[in-house]
Amino acid sequence: MSLSTTPTPTRWERFRDSYVWYSFKRDRTAQLCLAVFLCLVVAAFCAPLLAPTDPYDLRQIDILDSELPPFWIDGADERYTLGTDAQGRDLWSIILYGTRVSLLIGFGAVILQALLGVTFGLMAGYLGGRVDAFLMRLADIQLSFSTLMVAIVVGAVVKATLGSSFYSQYAVLMLVLIIGLAEWPQYARTVRASVLAEKNKEYVDAARVMGLRSRRIMFRHVLPNTLSPIFVISTVQIANAIISEAALSFLGLGMPETHPSLGSLIKAGFDYIQSGSWWITLIPGAVLVVLVLSINLLGDWLRDVMNPRLYKG
Amino acid sequence: MIAFLIKRLMHAIVVMFVISVLAFAIQDNLGDPVQQMVGQSVPESEREALRERLGLNDPFLVQYGRFAKNALQGDFGYSYFYREPALEVIARHLPATLELVFAATLLIVVFSVPVGVYSAIKPRSPISRFFMGASIIGISIPVFLTAIVLIQIFAIGVTVTLFPDNTAWGAWLNSALSTQGNMPSFGRGYDLVHVAGHWDTNLASWDGIRHLVLPAISLASIMLPLFIRLIRAEMMEVLQSEYVKYARAKGISMRRVYFVHALKNTMLPVITVGGVQIGTMVAYTILTETVFQWPGMGLMFLDAINRADIPLIVTYLMVVGIIFVVTNTIVDLIYGLVNPTVKLTGKPA
Amino acid sequence: MALLEVNQLDVRFALRQGEVRALRDVTFSLERGERLGIVGESGAGKSVAAFSLLNLISKPGFIAGGDIIFDGQPLTQMTERELRKIRGNRISMIFQDPMMTLNPVLSIGDQMVECLKAHRRISTREARAIALDRLRQVQIPSPEKRLDQYPHELSGGMRQRIIIAIALLLDPDIIIADEPTTALDVTIQAEIMALLLALCESHDVALILITHDLGVVSQVTQRMLVMYAGRVIEQGPTREIINDPQHPYTQGLLNALPQMATPGEKLNQIRGSMPSLTHLPSGCAFHPRCDFINRADGAPRSACIKQVPGFVTSGHCRVACHMVAEMLEERRLKEETP
Repeated sequence: MSLSTTPTPTRWERFRDSYVWYSFKRDRTAQLCLAVFLCLVVAAFCAPLLAPTDPYDLRQIDILDSELPPFWIDGADERYTLGTDAQGRDLWSIILYGTRVSLLIGFGAVILQALLGVTFGLMAGYLGGRVDAFLMRLADIQLSFSTLMVAIVVGAVVKATLGSSFYSQYAVLMLVLIIGLAEWPQYARTVRASVLAEKNKEYVDAARVMGLRSRRIMFRHVLPNTLSPIFVISTVQIANAIISEAALSFLGLGMPETHPSLGSLIKAGFDYIQSGSWWITLIPGAVLVVLVLSINLLGDWLRDVMNPRLYKG
Repeated sequence: MIAFLIKRLMHAIVVMFVISVLAFAIQDNLGDPVQQMVGQSVPESEREALRERLGLNDPFLVQYGRFAKNALQGDFGYSYFYREPALEVIARHLPATLELVFAATLLIVVFSVPVGVYSAIKPRSPISRFFMGASIIGISIPVFLTAIVLIQIFAIGVTVTLFPDNTAWGAWLNSALSTQGNMPSFGRGYDLVHVAGHWDTNLASWDGIRHLVLPAISLASIMLPLFIRLIRAEMMEVLQSEYVKYARAKGISMRRVYFVHALKNTMLPVITVGGVQIGTMVAYTILTETVFQWPGMGLMFLDAINRADIPLIVTYLMVVGIIFVVTNTIVDLIYGLVNPTVKLTGKPA
Repeated sequence: MALLEVNQLDVRFALRQGEVRALRDVTFSLERGERLGIVGESGAGKSVAAFSLLNLISKPGFIAGGDIIFDGQPLTQMTERELRKIRGNRISMIFQDPMMTLNPVLSIGDQMVECLKAHRRISTREARAIALDRLRQVQIPSPEKRLDQYPHELSGGMRQRIIIAIALLLDPDIIIADEPTTALDVTIQAEIMALLLALCESHDVALILITHDLGVVSQVTQRMLVMYAGRVIEQGPTREIINDPQHPYTQGLLNALPQMATPGEKLNQIRGSMPSLTHLPSGCAFHPRCDFINRADGAPRSACIKQVPGFVTSGHCRVACHMVAEMLEERRLKEETP
């Protein structure tokens, strides 16, 4: 049984033998959620191919077709499977495009959060002292104010400073920046905690004795060992970012109605709920919930799998 | 006790200073209030004079100094829109928000503790599984969407025609699943009872309480599942501990093991998280109040943003900051009372 | 009739990989006032044995078979309610780590009074008086003050004294002590052990002492069990086992004691380590580590590899080893040929 003769397993082989894959194979909920999530992602990014109309193209919209109900209700128009919104846009098309916008902002914001948070977290954890105290106090204050609150305030200020039309034009970028800035402390704290746990282990000492620079030690040696908590919180953060974006859009601080995300579709439809056209707001709402729910359930499963402390019970 | 309060006070001052600087920086950067106050027809010279009169042309530090000095005396400036002291405007809107938060907190406490504890004690029972499933769905529904769904079901009404109406069971199912939609979903109602000052309460009349129901459920809907999951997770961890095992080995009743030994330890981290979540709750009042047109601080804040009513925005931020500092202090005090290992006296143990 | 009789106790854990047998075929008895030692390496099943006596094993674990008869009553057939009347009242326990055993948010007084009130109809005032008396017996300095203190205000040694006081509160018949001194500073270990023994003596309490310390067992107990991989592999009067251990594992344990080594030489040790219960070797679980059958000149013993050994009586001891007769024979031959 000499180890030297067995070839080093490839990444795929290692993944296939891992507990993550083993657990995924037996967990129906996780499989279903991943399937739903992937379907939504694919459908959203193939929106131009799947959607019967282009909701951004004003020439394809007829205001006379507004507020048509979905197919199972009397008075539906067969051209519009899920009905139309108040402007006469095909709901199915605009939901596909809206999901794309929501996902884009969600992923973008999480990437920004992760970049900021991981960098600051590594600095705080590895350098310690004043840098640590300053960054963590900042994170504390920001967190105690709640990330949504920070996002609303920053959003309001940016919108007022740059003007509504400019803001609307670059809304995707703005929302990524705002949500990214508002939520970095989550990453920073997680990374810092793992760094503090890793820092005192011997391999870090060994790297330092070998004369490596601290930046190199942080990124090449400490960071890889903090990846699994980062991975776990990333799922939750994507769900949070999508909800935050929806909330900002609902408050009128996000995507404009001409270029809607799921949140702004819900907002736009809310004005028509009293007149009985509930589908304009509730169908995009249902899509948003299914999207966020599948991410959250995947996150739950991932946390159970990757955190051995939670195995029991 | 005194040492603790002094420490808290120092902390509060630092936090308030940071908030005030940020708030003021916002004030300095936000759009032109003069544009909002006067119409297009007013000539430039008059606008300039108005700007000068409002002190909008002074350097940043001078303006901040004036702002801080006035703020300490309780003068946060005049709301551009309401044309009255900003603090006065906030004071008028504060009770509505506080009552909403109070009602939601009540719902959260009343439901999260029993459900969380139950699903920790019996994690595999169907009821626990149901609550766990429901709670993850609850977390995944944004608060404004919950509010909209509640309005659709209870304020507008749902007529179900899914089942054949000509059979007895179909008709029964249709009527059982349909809702009347007679709950109020707009504002606080007119049957408010005056208490004192700006405080008119929703809690003293049937109509007032009916108006409060849907907004309070919406506001609670995002925190409740969070707390159920938190309490369950903490309780399950505590139930694995040695001291719980030891308590059982002493032969005391399971009721006492669960509700004295385990619950008290479970609540420690829950109290801490609760303190942090108050901040989130205030943020969610903005969304809830917008949906229900609830005339509280959140709706006022959003209106102020849309009107670029800078003094009101800044005052709101300061007041919210004070609310955070005060509630966090209270939460710390409660934590200290529950947890004997924390010394409020500041004496060495 | 013995105070406590355990017959063929079988405890299993239902794990994801399948059922794991944590205890099998555990049989022993305890007389009134007797002191019984249970020794073995960590993972041998000592603590599981202790907790299963009061049916306190936690969730995936369960008692799959066997009887526990205490004072004529079968504990294994009792309801949780009936068991609760025994726990802390007639059989009390002392846990390993006093830093983890007491509830951090309840005062010492509360934790003592609740135990008394759970078993007797008395007022809080009377309960406090009894608690105070026991605190005096465990020689805690200024006992009056302790009732209103919280665990974090006391040192580990003091906490273990309090746990001993709680164990004695209701004058039990048996105290089960699971490594009562392991987590303490070396300097106070002997002190706490001496206190525990003296109190068991004066209150006429039987003691089940679970430890990995053969030295302590040999000094304080009258009978002992040696456990390996969930089985009792040797049991009998302590003196007999210490003087003439029959099982190769017990021999190895005794040889590993520092007192047994020649100064300046390497300590003896048993090769390998305790197998995991999920991957037990076939036959005698000890066979891969057994010095007797794994000698250079030794022939392979198919019995040891294929068959779980039954019990052999040797003197007053019961030993689970296929090789007992052969070892005796070999020893006799050695003694005959000088």
